[in-house]
Amino acid sequence: MIKKWFSRYSGVRNRGINPQGFHVSQLKFYVVLLPLSALMLLPIIYIFSSAFKPPDELFAFPPRFFVVNPTTQNFTDLFSRLSTSGIPISRYLFNSILITIVTVAASILVSSTAAYSLSKKRFKLKQILFAVNNVALMFVPIAVTIPRFLVIVELNLLNTFWVHVLPVLAMPVGLFLLKQFIDGIPDEVIEAAQIDGASDWRIYWRIILPMIRPALATIAILTFQSAWNNAEISTLYVSDESLRTLAFYLSTLTTTTTGANAVAGQGIAAAAALIMFLPNLVIFIILQGQVMSTMSHSGLK
Amino acid sequence: MIYQAEMEAEVNKRSFRQTGNSRLERWLAKEGSAYAFLAVYALLFIIFIVVPVTSAFFLSFTFFDTIQPPHFIGLSNYIALLTQDDTFMKFVLPNTIQFAVIVGPGGYALAFILAWMLAQLPRIPRTIFALILYSPSMTAGVAMAVVWKTLFSGDQTGYLNSFLMGLGVLNEPVQWLQAPQYLMFIMMIVTLWSSMGIGFLAMLAGILEISPELYEAATIDGMNSRWQEIFYITIPSMKPQMLFGAVMAIVGTFQAGAIGVTLSGSNPTPQYAGQLIVNHIEDYGFLRYEMGYAAAVSVVLLLMVLFFTRLATRLFASDT
Repeated sequence: MIKKWFSRYSGVRNRGINPQGFHVSQLKFYVVLLPLSALMLLPIIYIFSSAFKPPDELFAFPPRFFVVNPTTQNFTDLFSRLSTSGIPISRYLFNSILITIVTVAASILVSSTAAYSLSKKRFKLKQILFAVNNVALMFVPIAVTIPRFLVIVELNLLNTFWVHVLPVLAMPVGLFLLKQFIDGIPDEVIEAAQIDGASDWRIYWRIILPMIRPALATIAILTFQSAWNNAEISTLYVSDESLRTLAFYLSTLTTTTTGANAVAGQGIAAAAALIMFLPNLVIFIILQGQVMSTMSHSGLK
Repeated sequence: MIYQAEMEAEVNKRSFRQTGNSRLERWLAKEGSAYAFLAVYALLFIIFIVVPVTSAFFLSFTFFDTIQPPHFIGLSNYIALLTQDDTFMKFVLPNTIQFAVIVGPGGYALAFILAWMLAQLPRIPRTIFALILYSPSMTAGVAMAVVWKTLFSGDQTGYLNSFLMGLGVLNEPVQWLQAPQYLMFIMMIVTLWSSMGIGFLAMLAGILEISPELYEAATIDGMNSRWQEIFYITIPSMKPQMLFGAVMAIVGTFQAGAIGVTLSGSNPTPQYAGQLIVNHIEDYGFLRYEMGYAAAVSVVLLLMVLFFTRLATRLFASDT
């Protein structure tokens, strides 16, 4: 009996890369991966758990990891609260949502048109421009914060809505992934459409876009993360409190180390952290299949 | 019907093209639409990437305090950086190198090993593990600062303190994030924790793409160890993904520099223990307003990234 069971799970088919089912040889990976993922998950479980903790549990000694009497008090506190300058939290949340939606939509449009051109059009500078973009993959935005600041001042973008959107749109990784993905579409498809008389815009809109959905989903996730989690832009380029984002507000909660504020703030900071984290997780879970199929085109030659 | 109308338009355009014979018009007809599709991205790319990088380069040769216009001072900033900036030589540079050497290759190797393990699991557990391992990198930054601050909190309600005191390892709470001897170590742990990012996903996809026939052929040819398989088949077959992962790891490592300031809550970090080159730029640029000098430090940072990427390209460049 045991022998039969054993042979069922030890066949050659389930060994090696991308197996179809369970195999005893996989046990060693589970032994490593299970404790490691538990460790990786700890801080994330902590976000969930502490967001629902009542004050006496947040400051309990010895500290308890899991919540015992969950409450939504922290969320009601968060939303009934005004920031130090009198702006309600819902305003930050609204800013974050609007900025993120506009950024994601604009980024998809801007990068995919450029990627279509770099992949399927014939023009002299094509190779050079793609090479320039590849060099820009190693661009570290944080290194040029200062000249960027000067550019933004020159363009009169300081303290505007658009300062949140425009600087993040040119994302070399995004263009790179999209271009690689469009390279996978055979030229014949486009030639056939051209013979049928379809215009460039029509080819892009009706043929390219529907075929690159997985890559678009990936760009959407990447842009979403950079827009939704962005506190820097609010800190550096925006002084008008009503134009700042939720990520910024959260960063003010964690940097104020003054006693009273830190104690009162912990519960709402935990609630705000959960609100910041959850959309990332949900969107990634929904789109993960698409991301994986884009990533197989991600090779850098 | 619509197609017909469009076709007529196309025919009209063609005849127009033949009559118009200026060079500009011919160029526009041939390559115009390619540039039109590129235009918006190119414009934003120039404004927010090319211009800042080149102006950082030019500013680095000037003295600029944001009040008066910059004036040219030659290499003085670089000379000062190498000869007079004690903080840079004593703390910032060694810290950055230590951080980069451990977190960069460490995080990269970890990402590869984990991706390799995941690739050998069936689809459903693989997806679940990949999601768990990737999840830290989607939040890195503000939301996580809340968590780390409580876990490493300096009083006895901090989780690490409470845990270690419970075990009897510690007698009194340690100010983890303010203690120079621990800050760097904690920064590395936190960064490694969130290093399974997009490069990790790329490598996972890369391993899954390798054709099984390659492995079968190797087994027939007498290859029998897992290590041989990794070094002679897996890595060479996914060089492009390895390179992409490496570039992402390098950029991520230098980008992650802000973590020390986030954790300790101050710039400069306590006794410069967690001061990385990124914080040094911010310190000079936004706290002391010595923009020219800060620009020189930025240029050094960009050159470091460039150097390490070149190194990675050497290792993983495809022959094609």
